[in-house]
Amino acid sequence: MSTLIGNKPQQPLPDGAAIPKPIKPWKPTPKQLLPDLLGAITAVAASLIVVAVTPLAGGLGLLATFISISIVVASSISWIRQDRKAAANSVSTIVIYFLAAFVLLPVLSIIFEIIRKGAPGLSLGIFFNDMSVTSSDAPLNEGGLLHALVGSLYVVALATVVSIPIGLLTALYLTEVNGKAAGVVRFFVQAMSGVPSIVAGLFIYAVWMISFGGTYTTAAGSMALAILMIPTVARTAEEVLKLIPTDLREAGLALGATQWKTVALVVIPAARSGLITAVILGVARVAGETAPLLLTVGGNDAMNWNPFSGNNSALPFYIWKNFGLGTETAIARAWTGIFVLMVVVMIFFTLTRILGNKKGK
Amino acid sequence: MSQIKVNSLASVASARSSETSSQGVGLEARSIHAWFGQKHVLSDISLDFYSGTVTALIGPSGCGKSTFIRILNRMHEFIPTAAMAGEVLLDGKDIYRSGVDVTKIRLGIGMVFQKPNPFPSMTIKENVLSGLKLAQIKINNSDELLEDCLVRAGLWSEVKDRLDQYGGTLSGGQQQRLCIARSLAVKPQVLLMDEPCSALDPGSTLRIEETIRELSENMTIVIVTHNMQQAARVSDYTGFFLSDGGPGQLIETAPTSQIFSNPKDKRTEDYVTGRFG
Repeated sequence: MSTLIGNKPQQPLPDGAAIPKPIKPWKPTPKQLLPDLLGAITAVAASLIVVAVTPLAGGLGLLATFISISIVVASSISWIRQDRKAAANSVSTIVIYFLAAFVLLPVLSIIFEIIRKGAPGLSLGIFFNDMSVTSSDAPLNEGGLLHALVGSLYVVALATVVSIPIGLLTALYLTEVNGKAAGVVRFFVQAMSGVPSIVAGLFIYAVWMISFGGTYTTAAGSMALAILMIPTVARTAEEVLKLIPTDLREAGLALGATQWKTVALVVIPAARSGLITAVILGVARVAGETAPLLLTVGGNDAMNWNPFSGNNSALPFYIWKNFGLGTETAIARAWTGIFVLMVVVMIFFTLTRILGNKKGK
Repeated sequence: MSQIKVNSLASVASARSSETSSQGVGLEARSIHAWFGQKHVLSDISLDFYSGTVTALIGPSGCGKSTFIRILNRMHEFIPTAAMAGEVLLDGKDIYRSGVDVTKIRLGIGMVFQKPNPFPSMTIKENVLSGLKLAQIKINNSDELLEDCLVRAGLWSEVKDRLDQYGGTLSGGQQQRLCIARSLAVKPQVLLMDEPCSALDPGSTLRIEETIRELSENMTIVIVTHNMQQAARVSDYTGFFLSDGGPGQLIETAPTSQIFSNPKDKRTEDYVTGRFG
């Protein structure tokens, strides 16, 4: 059949003609998946038997056996059904799946543990009470962590307000101005991002408390966090701005704009979603920081609405303090604090993402 | 075979030239040299661009056409190692003289780039009017200007019902016409086009060539192109650039019909007949 079957001019579909159903011919059929399924069952069964009849024992032994047997079984099946290349492909696929699982496992385990231990202490009351009139040993339905929650929000918000302009302007200096000092600035930003968090706390302690004779305040804590946050924001924002094509900047300049106008109206809007990510990463860097706060906010069991005067608490501080007390209810309070901190950070991320994507791409 | 090609290009070109009349010199390049670091990339280029005409710059890759066109609206200086010598006169005044407001220069000498580059964060409407915002020009009737620019860029009928969609939703050819409309909104005297059709399909290319012809009635247009047919179709004058390994030079400049039918220089003839390059 060598006639030109398909080369008739296209006719419109006659009325009532059936349009073919959309299918996905590249998807494996159940029959094709059967050997893989059998292989997986074999691997599980074989590892159970090996663990039962050999000195290998416990979860770790089972896991090690299961990984090795899976690799052997999968590569043999692929080799028998296809060739050596398919076998190599199967081995790398399985290794990648296991490695991905290894990354997920601790994360899921942490979340599970936080929910398991933190949830019992949850009640509406903890969001309306502080610990000013409650002992940590009191039953969990008394007292609360409002003071720590408010303290945390204060500290992080103030640090963010300080860090966003400094961090973004630093990134703009590095990418847009790219002046003579850019190399030095980039070096210091990178060096700063490696600073251990307690050093940031000590720095504020040394400057504010010792040199200037200041006292513990929320603001001092947020300055310590800002030191950690600025390099994170600056570096991420720099990477994001570097991705904006030179074309766009030149288009702006060719329209008779000054460099400042081009940056403000073209470059920053184009990088908007990435810049929001830079800020999120900055907040993520500091939201759970404990060490710098221990040296700067001083701790408090009561509410302190004034960020510029008097001691304050923060969720990490509250967690640290309750773990330190060591009694059963105190430890339960600490876990609840961890749970609340995790949820607050998650809510914040989600909100920022929604706001960031509001105006399309 | 090559003779036929030359003849056909020449006839296209002469048909084009006869219908335009030059209205005096709009932009003049005087003894332009350019360097990147120590590398001398352009040597002693002098070329006049007449108002109301289209000048095509042709030549093999790497002969300095793009560098030259970027010197004409001071985009050259954004490359850190760049240097230049010579003068570019707009209405008789050097655009490189000291104390000149370079943003005003670029406002008067617009540019369309090789790759369509609409601003991704802006809608079609905002893209067209972006020049006003960027150059801080206030106007009263922006809707009229919007329509006028899009009509002149040959895009109005395709986008008039979707002005609030993002520029990135258009096809490549439409995006390039959007970029042309964007350049027109600030009312430049001169429009520089650096291979504006190299990323486009033949249909979009023809649309843009029509646009160029319509625009050339009251603007000076300079277009860099690798497409000889395009040079023949749209331009009144053609300049041929060539580098023999050293800095790029302007080998010959003449009315387009002459370049394609009766070039004076052997190298021009070899290039336009496709014997090299």
